[in-house]
Amino acid sequence: MGDPAARAGPLARAPRQKRRRWEIVVERAVEVLVRLCGLSAILFVFGIFFFVFREGAPFLFGDLSLKQFFFSTEWYPTSEVNPRYGVLALIAGTFSVTTLAMLIAVPFGIGAAVFVSEFSGKRQKECLKVLIELLAAIPSVVWGFIGVSIMNPLIQKWFDVPIGLNMLNGALLLALMSVPIMVSIGEDALKAVPDSFREAALALGATRWQMIYRVLLPAAKNGLLAAALLGVGRAVGETMAVLMATGHAVNVPHSIFDPVRTLTATIAAELGETSAGSPHYRVLFVIGILLFSLTFVVNLTADLIVKGIRKT
Amino acid sequence: MTTTTQRRSVLLTLGAALVATLASGCKKDEAPTASTEGAKVEKAVAEAPAAAKKVSIQNIGSDTMVNLAQAWAEQYAKVVPGVSVEVSGGGSGVGIAALINGTADIANASRKMEPEETAKAKQSTGKEPTEFTVGFDGLAVYVNKANPLEQISIEELGEIYREGGKFDTWSDVGVKSIPGAKDSKIIRVSRQNNSGTYAYFRETVVGKKADYKSGSLDMNGSKDVVDLVARTPGAIGYSGLGYATPEVKILKVSAKKGDPGVMPSIPTVLDKSYPIARPLFMYTPGAPTAEVKKYLDWIMSDAGQKIVEQTGYVPLPKK
Repeated sequence: MGDPAARAGPLARAPRQKRRRWEIVVERAVEVLVRLCGLSAILFVFGIFFFVFREGAPFLFGDLSLKQFFFSTEWYPTSEVNPRYGVLALIAGTFSVTTLAMLIAVPFGIGAAVFVSEFSGKRQKECLKVLIELLAAIPSVVWGFIGVSIMNPLIQKWFDVPIGLNMLNGALLLALMSVPIMVSIGEDALKAVPDSFREAALALGATRWQMIYRVLLPAAKNGLLAAALLGVGRAVGETMAVLMATGHAVNVPHSIFDPVRTLTATIAAELGETSAGSPHYRVLFVIGILLFSLTFVVNLTADLIVKGIRKT
Repeated sequence: MTTTTQRRSVLLTLGAALVATLASGCKKDEAPTASTEGAKVEKAVAEAPAAAKKVSIQNIGSDTMVNLAQAWAEQYAKVVPGVSVEVSGGGSGVGIAALINGTADIANASRKMEPEETAKAKQSTGKEPTEFTVGFDGLAVYVNKANPLEQISIEELGEIYREGGKFDTWSDVGVKSIPGAKDSKIIRVSRQNNSGTYAYFRETVVGKKADYKSGSLDMNGSKDVVDLVARTPGAIGYSGLGYATPEVKILKVSAKKGDPGVMPSIPTVLDKSYPIARPLFMYTPGAPTAEVKKYLDWIMSDAGQKIVEQTGYVPLPKK
């Protein structure tokens, strides 16, 4: 930021007492501004939580049966005779898609990070990094389009299943979307391991592979875990791609070829047309509270695990 | 230096164009809106000197009607250059909400306004919304081209779609096998639970006091239903007649099992022999203003009704 006081400082060092009053004022103002910027993050998080909670609370503490909400798979918010608000199937959808995506993405992401950091030459490394960053820049609606028009027929053909819009399709897209984050963070973590570790391992006669999985991976496990968890965060919160590619069916999946529906996709698909203040509108905000708490818990555990590892 | 910069900018442009094409490709329902909005902007630029007296009409609502409303708006811009009609979709509920908030001059709806909605609109705008019937829509039942089935009854559709309904496989409706389908399971394609089409299909087919069977694939647009049915051999879906493509097959529908099935078409919708057809409405807050009235009169004239027919809907009966 333009901080005239700081910039003028070294130049006007000799006559120090000559610092003008307005310089002091500006310095103070900038200090307050920077502090506000820092605090605003907290303010926004609490603000978002407050507003989501305010919209959902009347129903959460009112007519909503929590037993039904968490343990019923019947999602009929617009039924005329018997509205039911069970989100078990949606929770199952979110968890199954995320888990499958991580099973695919973690080995690939960490593997790619190891390759980029340890095996590739300088030129190749730069090329790969640029391409991986490009992969991260693709908007999720484009991923969704790829899922609907390219992966859908391919999955139908390769796996001989009746419908290609399913859990596998969504999970593959989520894996592709979270791999770039894992690669960049994982590569940073591996780069942070001092070269002396590598040299020591090689000097003791370890092969390159032994060096990587006996020395580098344990040394960088903090950062690698953080990379994986960031991927999980991305996958849980992703909306557009899973809305388009998972088939959007309220369904507890029995196989990876079953269509599912996630919490995020439900909010995205239904909030637009509900009338504000109706039970349906409120229950969508309750789902929002649920998602918010979920990501909060994931982030908190991630933080605690990483801190715990750091201490030992 | 300059060559690299130039090359980079060319690459960037190409990339942007690619992304734009992909993005517009995947939400096909919205594509016409976007492009015509672009055209409108160009038009506005061209007519900049006369811009002072340009009137704009906000037309929001039904996803079923968005293609039709767009076609009307485009044609009307040619007939009456001073008026621009700005169309956006979102669904009947969105249109009616906009009418209640006072942000829409005309709300499109593929269902009648609920009494509570009318009351709300009266309360917030102080005027009773006026209803205009502007055309009809036959809700067609689509199956994949490979499916040998030709007709289906309302009862059978009910058994397929209703919660607790008995039909889950194609053999239940007498189809032995579908070439290309992996098993006999019926893949139900439906709409998101607050669309006007969803509500209408529930009312006429599933049952007024009933709910849909859980586990259907709930699409977010009329066109998405048809696209998915076209790609999936074992699928069945319902969507506006105007969204038919050569890649899918429209079933004849009969009110009762054993009755001769009726193909949805202009005459069968108008004489009410096709059982799943509904009127399309436009609502204005209070009595329409002069410009809006002129637009609605034009829509109901022969010129406007011809467009209804061209876009695949059913025009009003000739007086």
